[in-house]
Amino acid sequence: MANKATAQPLSVKFLATSFLMFWLVLAAFPFVWTLWGSFKVEGDFFSKADWANALFGGLTQKETGGSFTGDGYYGAFVEEEFWRASLNSFIVCFSVVTISLTCGTLGGYALSRSTHRYAFWFLLFALIFRAMPPITLVSGYLLPFFEWNLWGRLSTTIIVLVAINQPFTLWMLHAFFKNIPKDLDESAMVDGCTRFQAFRHVIIPVMWPGVITTGLFSFLLAYNDFAVTSMLLSKDNQTMVPKLASFLGTTQTKGNVMFAVAAVVSITAPLFVMVMVFQRQIVSGLTAGAVKG
Amino acid sequence: MKHSTFFWFVLPSAFLMLLFIALPVVSVVTQSLYTSHEQVLVTVENCGPFGCTPVTSIDQDATQALQAEKPLGKWAGLDIYKDRNHLAFAEVASAWVNADGLPDFGKTLMNLPFYKAMAFTLTYTFVVTPLTIILGFFIAVAVNSVAKALKGPTIFLTLLPFIVTPLVGSLILFWMVDARGILGAGLQWLTNNPDLSVKASTPLMWIMLMVYGIWHAAPFAFVVFYAGLQTVNTDSLEAAMIDGANRWERIRYVVIPHLFPLVTFVALIQLMDNFRVFEPIVSFSAQAHATSLSYAIFNDLGGETRLLSSAAATSVLTIIGIAILLSPVLIRTYRDFSKPS
Repeated sequence: MANKATAQPLSVKFLATSFLMFWLVLAAFPFVWTLWGSFKVEGDFFSKADWANALFGGLTQKETGGSFTGDGYYGAFVEEEFWRASLNSFIVCFSVVTISLTCGTLGGYALSRSTHRYAFWFLLFALIFRAMPPITLVSGYLLPFFEWNLWGRLSTTIIVLVAINQPFTLWMLHAFFKNIPKDLDESAMVDGCTRFQAFRHVIIPVMWPGVITTGLFSFLLAYNDFAVTSMLLSKDNQTMVPKLASFLGTTQTKGNVMFAVAAVVSITAPLFVMVMVFQRQIVSGLTAGAVKG
Repeated sequence: MKHSTFFWFVLPSAFLMLLFIALPVVSVVTQSLYTSHEQVLVTVENCGPFGCTPVTSIDQDATQALQAEKPLGKWAGLDIYKDRNHLAFAEVASAWVNADGLPDFGKTLMNLPFYKAMAFTLTYTFVVTPLTIILGFFIAVAVNSVAKALKGPTIFLTLLPFIVTPLVGSLILFWMVDARGILGAGLQWLTNNPDLSVKASTPLMWIMLMVYGIWHAAPFAFVVFYAGLQTVNTDSLEAAMIDGANRWERIRYVVIPHLFPLVTFVALIQLMDNFRVFEPIVSFSAQAHATSLSYAIFNDLGGETRLLSSAAATSVLTIIGIAILLSPVLIRTYRDFSKPS
């Protein structure tokens, strides 16, 4: 771009690049460090005596014979049954994403096409609901759930997460549907489709980019949630994040923080892959609400 | 769109939100007005060879029957709000009378759980939100000016702190600043103080929690601003340059006004999210030094004795706090909508 207004002298470029490098180290280094450390023994992960131990695994070599060890992973997944938590996480996330997208697309579509006043009120209430910390709602769930014997089940948690997810899903899909021209479904209705047929045959084929983006954020909300899953799931049904939190209580006393470190890496890995594959969608999703204003 | 069609389309969403968001709020408010039953006491004459003595004991069956009959507990009115763990009217009043100047009053206030949580929550919200926006803005400007080839990987790495589970992200940082971790040891070396420990110091703990908050949220601000920077009008930039504006003035008078609507958007989302700060306190096991409103609720709900009424009262106060915080935004949205367009 040979534009004078956007061209930059070398000094500014240098400053920007070095600032950026600094930030990137700040953003990425903790993950690299923890991944590296997760294959060591505790004495190396927390290496008070000699920091070089953390890099080269001096104590790991002494204790296990190699520079790397999978003991943390073995302990977490096999001894502490973290695999069960991973399975639960998968079930919860899959169900939450499917159900909230189904409800959300229908609602978001209607909200984007209705010109009545109540559509605005609906969105405003959704915004208020979005602002409420989930933990305040959890304190409202507990007593009824105990009374009706719904507490501790995966299905209850899934429905609760879907509901908490709805305000955000509706706002996002509403913004996406607004960008699909009205003429598209209206001309289908002129041709004799009902509203639902127009939605089914005209809108659904073109809505996937928006739905995928929204689905990613629904997934993140379900996957990252701690407040709801830690309070509403019984011990056997725990998903990964509350299970990790329970490690912190038990393993610290056993002197085996490495289980928790292995669990942390295992929770992060799928997210890592997700960002790698869906970077473009995540960026567009984050900006969707903003650009609309 | 016809009313009936609209109704059927939004029904599933509306039903879910009504059942699991609106009703729980009602349930929380109700619960906060009740308190758990007192145990039923029975006095029986215990007669032995040396005469009879009255013995008072807990009638377990009767207590449980009462509990089953009225699970909400007994009516307490606003008592829970007024007790020491919440608004603590009596304690605040006596502190106000007895305090030796404002700092002393503040100190007494900080010993009351609710005010302690409130102080941290508000400080966190109002420190982290602006700093997030500033850092996000600078990263966006920097990314915008580096070579194209670097942009993809930069965005990828920058997104990581934001995407990763808050509990996990804060745990990773916590392990690093542990006295035996790399950053903690580094700090000790820098300050030449081998006893320095983030875990043991309240100010350091507050700073660490806020650093985590900024680290976690800056990528979000960055992405939004970066998208905004792509749409800055180059003609206005050029015009400003012809008028003699230097680099900084161009940013100040062309770019920043262009991004301003985005700043309000980011600020709104950040206010909502920072006000609910919770996971880092669990990860950092910071409860001795800093608690937030969300953490206070979590703490009441967990453990052996679930203090449902106490948690409910804190929840209601939190919701009121959120409402106050968001009222300017809501009023503005309402005005924008009502404006004849």
